[in-house]
Amino acid sequence: MLKAVILIGGPQKGTRFRPLSFEVPKPLFPVAGVPTLQHHIEACVKVPNMKEILLIGFYQPNEELNRFLSSAQQEFKIPVRYLQEYAALGTGGGIYHFRDQILSGSPQQFFVLNADVCSEFPLEDMLRFQKEHGDAHSFIILATTANRKQSLNYGCIVENEHTSEVLHYVEKPSTFVSDIINCGIYLFTPEIFQHIGAVFRKNQQDVMLDEQCNGWQRAEVIRLEQDIFTALAAQEKLYVYKTDRFWSQIKSAGSAIYASRLYLNQYHKTHPERLATNKDGGPKIIGNVYVHPTANIDPTAVLGPNVSIGTGVTIGAGVRVRESIILHGATLQDHSCVLNSIIGWDSTIGKWARVEGTPSDPNPNDPYAKIDSETLFRDGKLTPSITILGCNVTIPSEVIILNSIVLPHKDLNRSFKNQIIL
Amino acid sequence: MKALILVGGYGTRLRPLTLSVPKPLVEFCNKPILLHQVEALVKAGVRHVVLAVSYMSDLLEREMKTQEQRLGIKISLSHEKEPLGTAGPLALARELLTDSDEPFFVLNSDVICDFPFEDMLKFHKNHGKEGTIVVTKVEEPSKYGVVVYEGETGRIHRFVEKPQVFVSNKINAGMYIFSPSMLRRIQLRPTSIEKEIFPVMAEEGQLYAMELQGFWMDIGQPKDFLTGMCMYLQSVRQNAPERLRTGPGFLGNVLVDPTAVIGENCTIGPNVTIGAGVVLEDGVRIKRCTVLKGAHIRSHSWLESCIVGWSSSVGQWVRMENVSVLGEDVIVSDELYINGANVLPHKSITDSVPEPRIIM
Repeated sequence: MLKAVILIGGPQKGTRFRPLSFEVPKPLFPVAGVPTLQHHIEACVKVPNMKEILLIGFYQPNEELNRFLSSAQQEFKIPVRYLQEYAALGTGGGIYHFRDQILSGSPQQFFVLNADVCSEFPLEDMLRFQKEHGDAHSFIILATTANRKQSLNYGCIVENEHTSEVLHYVEKPSTFVSDIINCGIYLFTPEIFQHIGAVFRKNQQDVMLDEQCNGWQRAEVIRLEQDIFTALAAQEKLYVYKTDRFWSQIKSAGSAIYASRLYLNQYHKTHPERLATNKDGGPKIIGNVYVHPTANIDPTAVLGPNVSIGTGVTIGAGVRVRESIILHGATLQDHSCVLNSIIGWDSTIGKWARVEGTPSDPNPNDPYAKIDSETLFRDGKLTPSITILGCNVTIPSEVIILNSIVLPHKDLNRSFKNQIIL
Repeated sequence: MKALILVGGYGTRLRPLTLSVPKPLVEFCNKPILLHQVEALVKAGVRHVVLAVSYMSDLLEREMKTQEQRLGIKISLSHEKEPLGTAGPLALARELLTDSDEPFFVLNSDVICDFPFEDMLKFHKNHGKEGTIVVTKVEEPSKYGVVVYEGETGRIHRFVEKPQVFVSNKINAGMYIFSPSMLRRIQLRPTSIEKEIFPVMAEEGQLYAMELQGFWMDIGQPKDFLTGMCMYLQSVRQNAPERLRTGPGFLGNVLVDPTAVIGENCTIGPNVTIGAGVVLEDGVRIKRCTVLKGAHIRSHSWLESCIVGWSSSVGQWVRMENVSVLGEDVIVSDELYINGANVLPHKSITDSVPEPRIIM
């Protein structure tokens, strides 16, 4: 049997996702119409023999998460449980802490997936690769190719080109090491816990010996990447499976629009029923669009490409939406125009208002380019990015909101450009 | 009676419009700028209008022929081979202007107002001296040259360029009436009437000021063109409200050519002029704009403080604002944001212009 663990992090992570992460844990933010996590879960349940999915993180139990868990269990007919860390334990510490839960029922292997990525999740390919390459106890890292410059922002892997063994692993190097980067998706056997355990015990000793120890340093905090993979390299245990399928981090809100585009495109294969089509009496659909059935959309509106419309959204006559995510309960009044933006829950856009951002897409001319984990400011100026309205923001008629971030519950009374509006 | 209109050169300040059409023929509130002046002159009894031009234009010549017939007057073009300033053209037209003893009008071609030509004539004859200039009140006199004159008689004492302390809030409005004897003061060479001629006339007690009632604007550049349009439409509201369009979807003062086609669910105004053959599709929002002949604005677009050039086309969901000026036959693609762009004729725009600039 198989299991899967999804690392969902906690509230002090995901700050780059503000102001949207104020309202909903980042793993539940909808991408292509469904919570980010659901894409992971859908990929996991497709793998034969998958018996349980465990979410590990340090969010306090909350209503959204509970609702998501119970609906996922119902929909996929598989146990989906949340295991809460008592503190942020790192990517290795979390799974080590809950190793008994993971190993109960004796899975031969288990996947570990970071929640903040979007991917085609070629999990079965990873299983096959594990079988084909060496022993059945090897660990597999899913990797992809980046360009030289951007590789520095990721975990970099040097492989033996013949055996695919990981010869060297370094997290976010300051100089170029390899263009093969870690996708944050792993296949482990239970033996991984021996390696994490060894690090744990060493940490314990270090903490005891260290008289300067100020108390917050914990032996249990273990990072898979720096603490485990680096040590496992060139030990004939760790192998890399490279994919050329789509993959991206979802760190910032801007990357959510890009991730939505990737998933919407995948729906042609996996969920064609989720893609809106041009129908009599319906809005004009251009390209890939997701519209929740409860949304109320005027037939003269034009949507797409890459638009996701949430529950209970109202879209008036002559509205244009492109490359945007409209969250539940939002209202776009007649003739308004929303481009490259995320419109927060229950926000209202007035007539003829224009809400526009600047896309932060990877360089389209470089097949290995990734989305830049953008810095908010460059040279003291807000870098042009997508426009994000927090929840319950009101935009008056006829104004323009350009490249701005509006925090929740604001009633704006004029146009804004290149600003964060507190 | 005669009048000399100082048309001058290429009208560069009103580019990109004047790259396609000589400035006097650019429509202001659906009528060529020059005709606003010529028609008012005709009404005041002028039968011969001389246009002082520093470049020749077939288009202007042809149009003036048409207007001669329509108005039953004579329109001549006086062509200066080299720029003669604001006074030189009077010397060039000396023979035309001195063939009778009647006073003649001189005006700058960029001025728009309720032209007071009959009052000027009356005022001029009343004081009996060589010249009368019209003055208008401004809020910030320090930006202009002001005229200091005797309140009761109008006799001008002096001119003060950009005064730092308040001496007067009246400025030269660019409209004059002169007796032919005044022409002896002007040589055929580049001369500024304001700087070289008027101060001397004032000194000699030969120059009087008449204060303009109502609005006044120099519409020589796009920003002022739009401000002048607002003033003009307000004056139409007071004097001939039936010329303005009202009804559902129209706000404030809106002038629409009868051949324009306007879609459903548009909101137009305040302060909009829509030219002949213009098409506004459904759901357009437009305020404080001039849309010139044959332009096409597609649905759901939003325009404020713009001049849309002849036969230009603005796509769907375009937002255009901040004194954007499209030259003739410009195409703006769908969904763009155009902020303060000056677009030269025959350009196709496919990317937003988020900050003001010139699109060559």
